[in-house]
Amino acid sequence: MEAKKLIVSASPHINARATTRSIMLNVCVALLPALAAGTLIFGARVLLVAGVTVASCVGFEALYCVLMKKPVPVGDFSAVVTGLILAMNLPATIPLWIAIIGAFVAIVVAKQLFGGLGFNFANPALLGRIVLFIGFAGRMTAYAFPATDVDALASATPLAAGVRGLDILPKLLVGAHGGVIGETCAAALIVGGLYLIVTKTISAAIPLSYIGTVAALSLVLGQDVVLQLFSGGLLLGAFFMATDYVTSPFTFKGRVVYGVCLGVITCLIRFYGNMAEGVSFALLLMNLTVPYLNDLTRQKPLGGVKSK
Amino acid sequence: MLSKWKRSALGANVPHDKQTANMATVTMPLPEKIILPMQQHIGAPCAPAVKKGDTVLVGSVVGTAGGFVGAAIHSGVSGTVEAVDSVLMSNGRKAPAVVIRPDGKQTPDPACVPPQVTDHASLIEAVRACGLVGLGGAGFPTAVKLSPKDLSAIDTLVINGAECEPYITSDNREFLECSESVMRGIAAVKQHLGIQKVVIGIERNKPEAIDLMFSLVKNDPDYSVKPLECRYPQGAEKVLIEKTTGREVPRGGLPADAGVIVMNVTTVSTLGKYLATGMPLVKKRLTVDGDAIASPKNVEVIIGTPIADVLEFCGVKDNVSKILMGGPMMGTAVADPASPVIKQNNALVAFGPALASMPAPGPCIRCGSCINACPMGLSPVEIAGAFNRGDAEALDALMVDLCMGCGTCSFVCPAKRPVTQTMNLAKGVLMKAKNGGKK
Repeated sequence: MEAKKLIVSASPHINARATTRSIMLNVCVALLPALAAGTLIFGARVLLVAGVTVASCVGFEALYCVLMKKPVPVGDFSAVVTGLILAMNLPATIPLWIAIIGAFVAIVVAKQLFGGLGFNFANPALLGRIVLFIGFAGRMTAYAFPATDVDALASATPLAAGVRGLDILPKLLVGAHGGVIGETCAAALIVGGLYLIVTKTISAAIPLSYIGTVAALSLVLGQDVVLQLFSGGLLLGAFFMATDYVTSPFTFKGRVVYGVCLGVITCLIRFYGNMAEGVSFALLLMNLTVPYLNDLTRQKPLGGVKSK
Repeated sequence: MLSKWKRSALGANVPHDKQTANMATVTMPLPEKIILPMQQHIGAPCAPAVKKGDTVLVGSVVGTAGGFVGAAIHSGVSGTVEAVDSVLMSNGRKAPAVVIRPDGKQTPDPACVPPQVTDHASLIEAVRACGLVGLGGAGFPTAVKLSPKDLSAIDTLVINGAECEPYITSDNREFLECSESVMRGIAAVKQHLGIQKVVIGIERNKPEAIDLMFSLVKNDPDYSVKPLECRYPQGAEKVLIEKTTGREVPRGGLPADAGVIVMNVTTVSTLGKYLATGMPLVKKRLTVDGDAIASPKNVEVIIGTPIADVLEFCGVKDNVSKILMGGPMMGTAVADPASPVIKQNNALVAFGPALASMPAPGPCIRCGSCINACPMGLSPVEIAGAFNRGDAEALDALMVDLCMGCGTCSFVCPAKRPVTQTMNLAKGVLMKAKNGGKK
């Protein structure tokens, strides 16, 4: 063994199993129930929309990186996650060219122009959704209604329709009502969210504090708690978008503060604003505060007091 | 939950891989030569006390301590000094060394007689004569550790039996095979330093050691055994102090500032053996393991034995690609297998090609894993940012100097970034700025 060439490197010499790719794949898996539910509720076009957003997100990322002579990072599956979450945020009726614009905004504008993975200031899929919502408000709210349910709610979404939540709770859990692809089936979103928490892909701090705050404020302000929790974008936002690593705080404390603030802003917009996009705008606003939250909620080191 | 509010820091679930835990120690045959570097501790190097051609016996002094912070070095064999030379050590540095060729008789030095210990001063004298250093890996001279500025402020002796590194089981074997020496060593330190309480911290993955220690101390209210959760790095001094006593060592301070002295179990046991026999520190138990080792075992090795000899004894495979002196979390990769085993070594881990190469780093996804794992409650990702900006002021505010290089941040990083190395570089930037500021 004298002549052997040995590898000399700095410690540590072993790694945990989780990789960026395995984390992203976990998120994809967690989104599958909601995608399947969306397909059952709104029809096969859901798969087409999701396929187009995923393909264009990956395509834009590859194209941009080739043009910029950067290494192509599509192997990390982060663009796939962005594409899937973007699809969740679109109505099944969306024209495909609009979906592609959304993918462009998400990947090129929100992510790559700021330096790629880890440097985006806001959740790429969220920014895509907001740009589309503002730019194509009509098309974005042209919600498909479940083909399975003739008795489907007459108005846009349950949140806007003014019915009693408890009366239609089973319907809300199954998702048999109008809305975007991924937000109607509460049960599928909860299953996916639990999967992420159990696999330790996300910490429960953000979704719990966010949803808890919305529930508490709804109760205090005399709103319909069931409706506030199980319809609209809250569950999708709380489990899948607020927990985006890059645009959420690092510490447990920071995450709780972040979730509570999200809940407060969401409720303010929903109860007193004149737009329906409570979750989206709350997320965007809080995304921007993350660097400050990180500064304010840093953990105290062990022995972090100067000795005399 | 409340403590999580203050500090998310959790440590990491590293693999245990302690398959040698139940393997009794075997003694290695005499090597063809031993190489004794004159630097086997933190502090001033020793001065060689022998010259070429001298005859030495087992326990003879071959290097005398070069200062207050230092520890004498003794021969583990009887034989002839072949050379006083410089060698490449496992950490890649060169050090003067005494090379001894054994005569095979292993004649003990008649000067090695049990010491007379009656008070603190004579205990320290004995520790010095034993050449004892921190055997958990740090190599800090024990005599210095046992001479704190204010002895009356020390009320607790913590025995470190956490052994949180993967693979290593040598401390576990020390508990099981040498419990008498362990207790004798502890008792001597407790008595002569006037320390009231003794806490023995052992990770829960060593149930036999925990049971044995419980049974040995159950009748003495001054002693307690604290089973620790299996979460790396429970054995890091400051972490261990918090887990066993609830106290925090202040930034820039020593364990003594928290009223605590921490000693590794093998260190205290070696002291116990010296008090009984007068034979100084010349042998060491090593756990030899890793996927490139055919028959992993715990081996008693004479200090100075070339690493290659120890690996051959345990059947090293041809595909060995990385040799670690110590465990895989904090161990040093060995550049030259001809370099010798030194006092503070407690394991040799040999990896084949698959384990030896590390995955390529990707961009940071800001998941906060490093922050939520750092046992010191630091914020590695933010420290890396401050380091990249060259912002020494921010590094000071982020207290990067508290980093002990345990490797947890690199271990948990899903992007496989060399976070620990960045922390080390950042420490350098802060230290330079602080020294430059004073000028």
